[in-house]
This record gives sequence, structure tokens and C-alpha cells, in this order.
Amino acid sequence: MAIDVRVPTILRTYTDGAKSVSGNGGTVAELFSDLESRHAGIQERLVDDGQIRRFVNVYLNDEDVRFLDGISTELSDGDSITILPAVAGGSGSAEGSTQGSAQHATRGEAARVSQR
Amino acid sequence: MRYDSPLAAVGNTPLVRLPRLSPSEDVRLWAKLEDRNPTGSVKDRPALHMIEQAEKDGRLAPGRTILEPTSGNTGISLAMAARLKGYRIVCVMPENTSEERRQLLAMWGAEIIPSPAAGGSNTAVRVAKELSAEHPDWVMLYQYGNPDNARAHYLGTGPEILADLPSVTHFVAGLGTTGTLMGVGRYLREQSPQVRIVAAEPRYDDLVYGLRNLDEGFVPELYDESVLTGRFSVGSEDAVTRTRQLLAEEGIFAGISTGAALHAALGVGRRAQRAEQQADIVFVVADGGWKYLSTGAYTAPTTDAAVEALQGQLWA
Repeated sequence: MAIDVRVPTILRTYTDGAKSVSGNGGTVAELFSDLESRHAGIQERLVDDGQIRRFVNVYLNDEDVRFLDGISTELSDGDSITILPAVAGGSGSAEGSTQGSAQHATRGEAARVSQR
Repeated sequence: MRYDSPLAAVGNTPLVRLPRLSPSEDVRLWAKLEDRNPTGSVKDRPALHMIEQAEKDGRLAPGRTILEPTSGNTGISLAMAARLKGYRIVCVMPENTSEERRQLLAMWGAEIIPSPAAGGSNTAVRVAKELSAEHPDWVMLYQYGNPDNARAHYLGTGPEILADLPSVTHFVAGLGTTGTLMGVGRYLREQSPQVRIVAAEPRYDDLVYGLRNLDEGFVPELYDESVLTGRFSVGSEDAVTRTRQLLAEEGIFAGISTGAALHAALGVGRRAQRAEQQADIVFVVADGGWKYLSTGAYTAPTTDAAVEALQGQLWA
């Protein structure tokens, strides 16, 4: 079973520059483990404490898996997975995103601004 | 309909059924024509409401300067209101937005500070926050985190949709500041808990995402995931295809982000049809196509050529 995985620029250091790679797995979590076996280091950039990282968005056939079953979302042969960083003007999400965690993002932004 | 001033004419937009694009008699698509606002976009609603609330609580008073990160529409709405109310306005806008937007902002008297193309709106937000720190006397209404953005839709767009179409089952809109989805979503789900709230998120090419750091992404402060029931990522190709289809089949001349919303609306429509459910799906026409004409996306001979024309451009 083959899943097509589209990789964002920032993660192509793990895929020898490839924009898309092929992987296997019955779930998103299994797929990421499979990718790790050939692209060491990529899993850690995608997964934190067993969940998809806060500023990483994962889409199954263009649908955000956070609204399906998250990292446990089941995959089928021929599915397409797209990994993207969260951006404004069409932006990202967080597990159980609340006003509180969103505020955290603001502080992060502010912190970086003040470092400049 | 009669109003006492141009600003009073914000909202009360038409809701039209799309007989040709609706998947079936039982699964109906409805377009909320937000391009029929005074400056031609849905952003007139939050812009006016944010200004009025800031005036009410004293943050904004004559002589002050408004600062806002914007990819165009919010800036245009704010600039028009600022002109009528006598405020100076400074907009931070990504340099890879269309020429029309720059001209419209200049026309209303806004000063434009371009932000680098790389990182798109994220970078505009960061630059605006830096400027805000340097100019504490400037008033940043900050559409990404101002509850009055979502509130404008909670008080206006949501009730209008429910009044016009009590049988509404799905609401679909583009995801940017998230204000439209949060405001309308909260209102509709309070009134009718089974209504589905679906986001259409634009997916750009690599130039826009650039080397965005995965550890420091940006989530608008307004965003509350629990309001949504689904979220689609829509690439330029699908957005352009649907924008052209909306024009060809229903005669509606809409901006590219509307194509993305239509694509998601048709996606949920197909699902309802497969499940043999009745559905009344409302999606938002956020603006008309005027501001994107120079991209060539509308007159390109093929969709491929139209997608090519949009390469590297922010279209939502």
C-alpha cells in the first residue's frame, strides 16, 4: 500500500530535497514511523508527545486530520498526505486549540519581535 | 433599501441559490454575496465594527493613526472608514499582493509599508507588531486577534443567513483571520447545534511558505478549533478552477479565495449526496474578481495557464 506524501520546503533536508515521497501505514502515526525509517529525524519534527505538533498541519486528501481522527486517522492505498507549516491568511491550528494556546502564539511572536 | 450614510450600508447582503452548481435538488448551494458591501468585500463588516468599538471604548479618537497588517481587503475597508472619520492609516501589506490592492489603498489615502513576500501574511503580522512597538501611539486594531472581528459576523452575517435560510445545514468560508468562521459558526451552532462549520484554507506554492519554521508557526488569536467541524486545504489549481466555473456557470465574478470556499462546499455537498441527506450549504463570496484581474487568471485560455499566472501570488 502506497501513500503519497507531500513534504514542505522546510522538511526537505530529510528527503534529499524531494517534494514528495512515498510511504506506508494504516494510520498517520504508522506512516510517520515508516517515513522515519528512510528519512531519519523527520518524525521528531512532525510529532510531539504522540500528537501532531502544534504548528504542523497534516491533510488527508486535502482534509485536516485534526477534524478526522488526528494522528490515528486511518489511511488507504492511494491516499495523499500533505504536510504544511501553519501560516496566517489561511492558518494553522493546535491540538485542542483554545484562546489560551492561541495567546501563547502571540507571546511567541512578541518575544521574537523583542529580540530584534 | 435606504440608509442614512454609506457606512450604514454595510451588511444585509443577498443570499442566492446556485441552481447549476448545486449537486442535486436535495443538496443545494447558496452564495452569500459579500462583495456587495460598500468597498466590495466581506471585510467591511469587521473593519467598521472594530473601528466603532475602539471609538466607543476610547482607544480610537480623532487625530490618531490606525495601523494594520493586511493582504488588502481589511486595509481597504479600514482606509475608507478612516477617510470618512478623519484618521490616518498605515497598512503593512505583503509585496506579492496584486497591484489593484495597492492602488485601492492609495486611493483611500492609506500609507502602505510593504513586507517581504516570503512568509506572506505571517511576515506582515510580524512587521506590524514591530511597528506597533516602535509607535505606541498608533492604534493597531489587529484583525487576527480582535474579538470585534468575529463579533461583526456573530451580530451580522450569522443572523442574516439564518433569517434568509432557516434550513441551513452547512456554512463554508475561507480561513484567514478566522473571524468569519468563528463569528458565524458560533452564532449558527448556538441557534442550530447540528449545523456544520467548514473552513477552506488556501494552500499556496512554496514561494509563499518559504522556509517557515515549523516550531514558530502562526495561529490567529481568534482561532478556536472547537467552532469548526471540518477544514479543507485548497490548492491554487482547485481554487482557480472553481472561480472560473462559478463565473461560467452561474455568472458570479468572484475573487480567487471564493473558488476555494466553493471547492470545499462542493466537497461537503458530494458527501451529503452520497449519504442521501438533504443539505443547504451556504458559502461566502468574500469579494469580487476585480482586484485580481491583473493576474490574468480570469482571461487565461486554460485553467493551467490561470494557475501559472497566480504563481507566487497571495490570493486570499
